[in-house]
Amino acid sequence: MPAGTLYRGREGMWSWVAHRVTGVLIFFFLFVHVLDTALVRVSPEAYDDVVATYKTPIVACLEYGLVAAILFHALNGLRVIAVDFWSKGPRYQKQMLWTVVGIWVVLMAGAIYPVLGHAARELFGS
Amino acid sequence: MSAETTPAVSDVSLYDVDNPAPLIEAPRKRTKKTPKSTRTNFELYGWLFMRLSGIVLVVLVLGHLLIQLVLDGGVSKVGFAFVAGRWASPFWQAWDLIMLWLAMLHGANGLRTVINDYAERDNTRFWLKMLLYTATVFTVLLGTLVIFTFDPNIR
Repeated sequence: MPAGTLYRGREGMWSWVAHRVTGVLIFFFLFVHVLDTALVRVSPEAYDDVVATYKTPIVACLEYGLVAAILFHALNGLRVIAVDFWSKGPRYQKQMLWTVVGIWVVLMAGAIYPVLGHAARELFGS
Repeated sequence: MSAETTPAVSDVSLYDVDNPAPLIEAPRKRTKKTPKSTRTNFELYGWLFMRLSGIVLVVLVLGHLLIQLVLDGGVSKVGFAFVAGRWASPFWQAWDLIMLWLAMLHGANGLRTVINDYAERDNTRFWLKMLLYTATVFTVLLGTLVIFTFDPNIR
């Protein structure tokens, strides 16, 4: 480790890095999402045209990535709250991170069919 | 400094008399330049807001994802008619309005922290935050307007 750095690696630092990266990505998506939804004030056709691109296989993969980012940010955010407000939180921060990762893996496996199923049917036929 | 005061590094020779451990000033340390009159608890309330809004957003956003991407055919059923059906109910209007405001403020405050951390030049930091605040106000107002003025019979 280089001298004079505050970065300490391991679960604590990398979960913090992932929390930042997912947070910034979600925020940028949110701008776009409010703009696309605003098209309902233009015309039903304008809105449906844009939403049609959201149903293509490529964007379906991006949606799966968005779900991945949101689920991690949400679960790790609850862990951060536990670290801050639960008296034993800091002691169990590593165990809580691996719990977060475990729940995240299960939920992401569960999201494969609902989020990517229609893309698979379009690509490979139903 | 005697060896007894630094037991953590006594067994490794990373530092010696000529190369002492680097001194890192504590963040937000009060110095002579710190203004006394303008100090508020803004950062404390910001910190608290991130946690409180975060808990509410877990419910609102995960519920939103479940409805839009998982239930009833996933994203395939989303369209103008679907939006019109949901916003016919004040409950879902309120859900989306609260989610919009909390998510935008939560995200803006998060990005403010990121800008403060990485933009080192005063000017860069100032203008990045002005851009952030402008985009945030615009997006929150646009989204609010859309929810309140939605017209299912626009055609």
